[in-house]
Amino acid sequence: MGSIKLNKVTKSFGSTQVIPPLDLEIQDGEFVVFVGPSGCGKSTLLRLIAGLEDVTSGMIEINGVDATQTPPSKRGLAMVFQSYALYPHMSVRKNIAFPLKMAKLAPEERDQKVENAASVLNLTDYLDRRPGQLSGGQRQRVAIGRAIVREPDAFLFDEPLSNLDAALRVNMRLEISELHQTLATTMIYVTHDQVEAMTMADKIVVLNAGHIAQVGSPLELYHKPANVFVAGFIGSPKMNLVTGPDAQAMDAHTIGVRPEHITISEGGGTWTGKVGVSEHLGSDTFLRVNVDGVGTLTVRASGEVALRHGDSVSLIPEEGKVHRFDADGLAMQ
Amino acid sequence: MLSPAVLLLLAWMIVPLTMTIYFSFLRYNLLSPGINAWAGWSNYQYFLTDPAFFAALTNTLLLVVGVLLITVIGGTLLALLLDQPIWGQGVVRILVLAPFFVMPTVSALVWKNMFMNPVNGLFAYAAKAVGLQPFDFLAHAPLASIILIVAWQWLPFAALILLTALQSMDQEQMEASEIDGAGPFSRFFYLVLPHLSRAITVVILIQTIFLLSIFAEILVTTNGGPGYASTNITYLVYAQSLLQFDVGGGSAGGIIAVILANIVAIFLMRMIGKNLEA
Repeated sequence: MGSIKLNKVTKSFGSTQVIPPLDLEIQDGEFVVFVGPSGCGKSTLLRLIAGLEDVTSGMIEINGVDATQTPPSKRGLAMVFQSYALYPHMSVRKNIAFPLKMAKLAPEERDQKVENAASVLNLTDYLDRRPGQLSGGQRQRVAIGRAIVREPDAFLFDEPLSNLDAALRVNMRLEISELHQTLATTMIYVTHDQVEAMTMADKIVVLNAGHIAQVGSPLELYHKPANVFVAGFIGSPKMNLVTGPDAQAMDAHTIGVRPEHITISEGGGTWTGKVGVSEHLGSDTFLRVNVDGVGTLTVRASGEVALRHGDSVSLIPEEGKVHRFDADGLAMQ
Repeated sequence: MLSPAVLLLLAWMIVPLTMTIYFSFLRYNLLSPGINAWAGWSNYQYFLTDPAFFAALTNTLLLVVGVLLITVIGGTLLALLLDQPIWGQGVVRILVLAPFFVMPTVSALVWKNMFMNPVNGLFAYAAKAVGLQPFDFLAHAPLASIILIVAWQWLPFAALILLTALQSMDQEQMEASEIDGAGPFSRFFYLVLPHLSRAITVVILIQTIFLLSIFAEILVTTNGGPGYASTNITYLVYAQSLLQFDVGGGSAGGIIAVILANIVAIFLMRMIGKNLEA
């Protein structure tokens, strides 16, 4: 129980349409990530599903039932907000119990469920503290706990990790993924961070200006981007996109090569250029190579590469790993 | 080190206070000038045993508590209304604030002559229009009438402070509670009211300070009467020193008022001051 279907959903604020007609199907138990640059409408889409915003036209089906006009609390969804939105004057226990209290559950049953959620999330020792006395990660867990106790059909996450520091973010990412494994509930997760999207999702929905640019599994998006936007958005560092004579030589308007699919050769190669900035990560080195007439290409080399600023290098794109796009930005087969 | 500013402030306070204390121990009556004999505690004794004193004390408390109740509850409701998006919001908010700009004497006169007057007042007119006997507010319910007038003046202040507090309410919290299934009333009692508690504390503290010394409204409407029905401590001190020309007795009353105000302040801080801690 937790399938969601959007049918020709649109949303306008005044005269600006932020979501043009959009269709999307989310299966029960899936971990779906909405990803896109800021302002692409991903949060708005989530809020439409949650019922916090009214759709302008179209239909939202939850579990096969039309839920377009259903108030948020009756949709069987739970949401975790970016700011956590904990109630500051209530203890952690009361925060987690709040939805149960609103649902008029008996106090014993309430306590039972709160204790369960707290033990799942390692919050048992903090139940009597106020949110203000907790760290960011703990607050995040309380917010998740408040969502879990409702036993919803689907969880909605609105950029839940963006207020955490890098190390904690990696931890929470794992915890949320594990939670999804244990609960096997549908989760919809909004983020602008493509690393989060790639690592957590069963299915990624890439959004661009309210449109769905592509839907697919992380590896599908990585290997077969449907258009230039997805190609440039998925993968870190970004795919190198080249236009001009090099592209025309391959019958394309734009060609794209990922940094990891370019090899550095001693002798001649397709492109020759000078090394600009290089970023040493230890395991890898990312070189920015300035190639005349092409621009700057990012190349992934091994950690021990001995190239310096100003050195001349030749680059060869790996065969069969070059993506071709037509003038409309769509992938060519 | 005492900085000049502190010294100036001290002098500002200490000089009148010591003079008042000094006068309160003298037989100092303007009708018999020159006889400023030492009176010991007799001024205090007279003031405290005056039957008017307890009437005035009760009236002061009723006035403060009554106005606080009306302004805090009314102010919260008004703030909730003003927080709704409406057309002409800016103008409406200024209009709501307007009573606060009207001088106490003026507003009391307006209420006395234009609303509560049993012959020409608007209320009398309304009563007559539906065939009722006009009610003489200031004669038959003097204290309640004054509470009404003062509350009218202070309601905008409370509403404005509470409105700013409402506007700082976290919207995501409200949305979270909406998803959690909280209706408007639960949301108000579980989220909004706790959020407002600090602002309400500020309103209560500030208003109490000013309400303890209400004077102009009483002077222009009832003159403390009928009898002592609308006399508060402030008015009693005035009556003692400037109507009976008894400077010594008035000073003693003033000192008692200072002590009472401090007692109220201590109790208030004990009761609600903890809301102000971060």
